[in-house]
Amino acid sequence: MDEKREISISRPAVGEAGATGQWRNSRPVMDSTLCLAAKSGRVTCQICWVHCPDGCIAQGAGPVIDLTYCKGCGICAQECPAHAIEMAPEALHGTCELTEGTEVL
Amino acid sequence: MAAITTVMTGNDAAAAAVKLARVQVIAAYPITPQSPVVEQLAAWVESGELPAEYVPVESEHSAMTVCIGASTVGARTFTATSANGLAYMNEQVWWAPGARLPIVMCIANRAMAAPWNVLNDQQDSMSVRDAGWVQLYCRNNQEILDTTVQAYRIAERLHLPVMVCYDGFLLSHTMMPVSVPDAADIDAFLPKFTDPWTIVDPDDPRNVGPVTLADPRADAEGIVSPGYMEVRAHHQRALLEALDVIPEVDAEYGANVGRTWGGLVWDHLLDDAEVVLVAAGSLAMQMTLVAETLRQEGVKAGVLGIRSYRPFPVDALRERLAGRPLALVFDKALSYGYEGPICSDLRGSLLGHEGAPSVFGIVCGLGGRDVTPDAIADATRRAVADARAGKRTRATEWLGLKLEGTV
Repeated sequence: MDEKREISISRPAVGEAGATGQWRNSRPVMDSTLCLAAKSGRVTCQICWVHCPDGCIAQGAGPVIDLTYCKGCGICAQECPAHAIEMAPEALHGTCELTEGTEVL
Repeated sequence: MAAITTVMTGNDAAAAAVKLARVQVIAAYPITPQSPVVEQLAAWVESGELPAEYVPVESEHSAMTVCIGASTVGARTFTATSANGLAYMNEQVWWAPGARLPIVMCIANRAMAAPWNVLNDQQDSMSVRDAGWVQLYCRNNQEILDTTVQAYRIAERLHLPVMVCYDGFLLSHTMMPVSVPDAADIDAFLPKFTDPWTIVDPDDPRNVGPVTLADPRADAEGIVSPGYMEVRAHHQRALLEALDVIPEVDAEYGANVGRTWGGLVWDHLLDDAEVVLVAAGSLAMQMTLVAETLRQEGVKAGVLGIRSYRPFPVDALRERLAGRPLALVFDKALSYGYEGPICSDLRGSLLGHEGAPSVFGIVCGLGGRDVTPDAIADATRRAVADARAGKRTRATEWLGLKLEGTV
């Protein structure tokens, strides 16, 4: 498909909307002693990965949250059946580090 | 098979056009006086006469959203609505032109609530004149059919959505002879839509209309995307290009089907007219009879009908009104707190031009108030008398207002 530059259209890409982790005012903190996947050592559950609206969680045992792009919406913490994710005020952690070359929006 | 002339309502004429245009996806929510359009289309989809997807939805907002989704992947789409339904879909009414989707929507014009009223005026579509759609107004049922087919050609050439507006009940539910063209003639006029700007392919996905900043910027791959202002400047350029495309498409339609509708504007008895009655839709058709009557008593009246309200045909109007003493604009809508929308647009387009007429505005027919030929003729006589007495400007007149409680 030709890219028509009269409209706003882009290819999905990591960081297309900038380092959105900058928007966050509370961050998800995973307790691996509670996470079902981490405890079992298998790629199981993954309910946080399913529900993350920004695709910031990578599947794993346990899942890994990318804080460069996580906006801190807290849906993962709400959905975790083991209550393994806690939303902690960002002020306790300082700001996230910028990915090199990523524009801040 | 040749064209078949039959008697039908304006809504049926719109439905016949949608069928002839081989529309692929229809989504609509019923509202008076539009409902019979989509009821007829639903029946044809059910019977297999129209091989389209008919998507029943729970609101007009969803109807336009379905059309946006289907049009985004290249389907030819249709919806129709009126008044509060149009207001309810307002957010998506803005999305469609901003995303440059060639959706066609019929508006059976109806008054806006409150108070509740299902009858005709043009407040609904006039209220979204600024959203960036092409807006065409029809004078009779034949024009509804022909314009709805033409709308797809205009939309797909310019990547712009088109509203085909016609007066509720006065046209939507009134029977008139309508010639339904041969499908082969329409197929020759309206080829398949093969040039969508946005095809969503799961193997090669796109963000369509993502967050777009004020300034152009490079995306993650280094491709520079336009900023919001650039997107809107392209949009505006396309709408102004429609000033050429609408008459071209009308002429192409004439070559294939044998009927044209004047392109942007049309006129009647205009050549030597000293007072020009201006309106959009069926009212302007009615005025042609009034002009003929007024001429019998020595008032040189003519009619200028606006077919394309957006884009506003500034040059065509200036040219036809140059040297006339008076233009009398009948609006079936009001920009509350100011005046009729056609009146102020016309006055603005004439300002400072040599030989421009005085422009007097009249608001009429709100909520289905009958606008009789006698009332139009009386209003014209009063306006001519005012102009002859030297008035160059005048407050907006409300035609036939009965404020004293008389019935």
